[in-house]
Amino acid sequence: MGHFDPYDDNGGTVAAIAGQDYVLIASDSRLSTGSTILSRFTPKIYPLSKVTVFACAGFHGDVLTLVKQLEIRMKLYVHEHGEEMSTKAMMALLLPTLYGRRFFPYYVRPIVAGLDREGRGLVASYDPIGTPEFFDYVIQGSAENLVHPFLNNQIGAKKTLSDVPIQAPPELTLEKAVKLLKDSFLAAAERDVYTGDTVTLMAITAKGTETTEYQLRRD
Amino acid sequence: MALSNICGADPAWECGSFEAPTPELFGVDYIQGKTAISALNCGEYNVGLSLPTLDAHQKIVQSLLEAPSTDLQLQQGAEHTKTANPRNLFLHGTTTLSFKFQGGVMVAVDSRASSGQQISSQTVNKVIPISKYLLGTMAGGAADCTYWMRVLNRQCRMYELRNRERITVSAASKLLSNMLYGYKGSGISIGSMIAGYDKRGPGLYVIDNDGMRVAGNCFSIGSGSPYAFGVLDTEYRWDLTDKEAYELARRAIYHATMRDPYSGGNVSVYHIKETGWVKIETQDVSDLFYKDRGIPVTA
Repeated sequence: MGHFDPYDDNGGTVAAIAGQDYVLIASDSRLSTGSTILSRFTPKIYPLSKVTVFACAGFHGDVLTLVKQLEIRMKLYVHEHGEEMSTKAMMALLLPTLYGRRFFPYYVRPIVAGLDREGRGLVASYDPIGTPEFFDYVIQGSAENLVHPFLNNQIGAKKTLSDVPIQAPPELTLEKAVKLLKDSFLAAAERDVYTGDTVTLMAITAKGTETTEYQLRRD
Repeated sequence: MALSNICGADPAWECGSFEAPTPELFGVDYIQGKTAISALNCGEYNVGLSLPTLDAHQKIVQSLLEAPSTDLQLQQGAEHTKTANPRNLFLHGTTTLSFKFQGGVMVAVDSRASSGQQISSQTVNKVIPISKYLLGTMAGGAADCTYWMRVLNRQCRMYELRNRERITVSAASKLLSNMLYGYKGSGISIGSMIAGYDKRGPGLYVIDNDGMRVAGNCFSIGSGSPYAFGVLDTEYRWDLTDKEAYELARRAIYHATMRDPYSGGNVSVYHIKETGWVKIETQDVSDLFYKDRGIPVTA
């Protein structure tokens, strides 16, 4: 009788920064299993509405299933209410969705990022069974231990003792945020075998969504 | 929006105002309550807090009985599994405390969440408001606590609407304890203090995922609790003034965070009085430990 082993870790890194009037989401596009690269272009970013994006590292099979669930819920919501679910509502919905699988969890590291009704950036990250946390910047996946200290230093300015909450300063412009996340992924690709190939950056502002891609190391 | 109302879409997960419904208010509240129930019970469109099914869990147990192998690792979430296991990523670790004294009930917590050896967050809010007069603390699995406190939050609100009076601390803690007992042995991890003020006065109960429920005057839960108890038991008296109680609560927590690597971040202190709970403060534990004693940070 075979060993029941329903999970795999497909690596990859996703990150997001919430600004005053934008939200920036980034993902690398490498998909691996063990020591094999499965795909060089599978960005782990999934738009759910005009202003809400889901990004997720972990086991790709679970990620795809979870995305399908959320897309269905978004569609049902649009048919029922005649408008798209707000970012906050999607953030709230993910909690019971993940916890509903408490006894056979999704192996996922999810981020929900988007704009609220006032156009401000919102970012939430979750553990695999749905503990929500609201940050102004977040990184999940195989390179999170490498990149998080860098972002803490550059954005949070959590250098010494202080009771100031970790927060994106108002002067952190979209341009600066793009630069930071690009650098983060370049650095991650240097030192993490599961992060590489390309990085997809998605910037959402009141004007709309702009997606750009940059090359990372491909070895 | 209906969905956001039912899900509690506010990022802070704050509960609304929890005035005991007066007869005039009751009509309005009742209608809202009813809408919530019907929305919660409409199958496909269920946006409510449906309880996690034990089906998948039971299937795994079944497969274990049929093919006894090392599958127990998945079921119980052994930390050392070589293969990918989401259980290794669950958030853990805590110091929480609560004590009754002449001025009501004090609740204090740290704010660190860790998964394995990684610090996932230094800004977790481990005090979960159940109502204006009830607080729950969070130790064990973060998702388990958050989720079941939200279920309890709903139950307590329904109790208010049905009975036209506030639920007692005793009854609220028993609701949660009984719910968790149904999930005994399934791997849920919760160690919580339910603290509040009701018609009987201050109330404080400890409950856990095995179905334990104990009333008492002075508790601490979590990996840092032995250290917190050291301070707490030394200084605790029933007739502490409010100020002394705040200082004791915060001191017990920050000393625990300095010895327990799985606790840290900020101390949050709450005071529950006859008029409901108030948050007293949130302070960085290092600031408290070093600055306030004039010790150089490098020491």
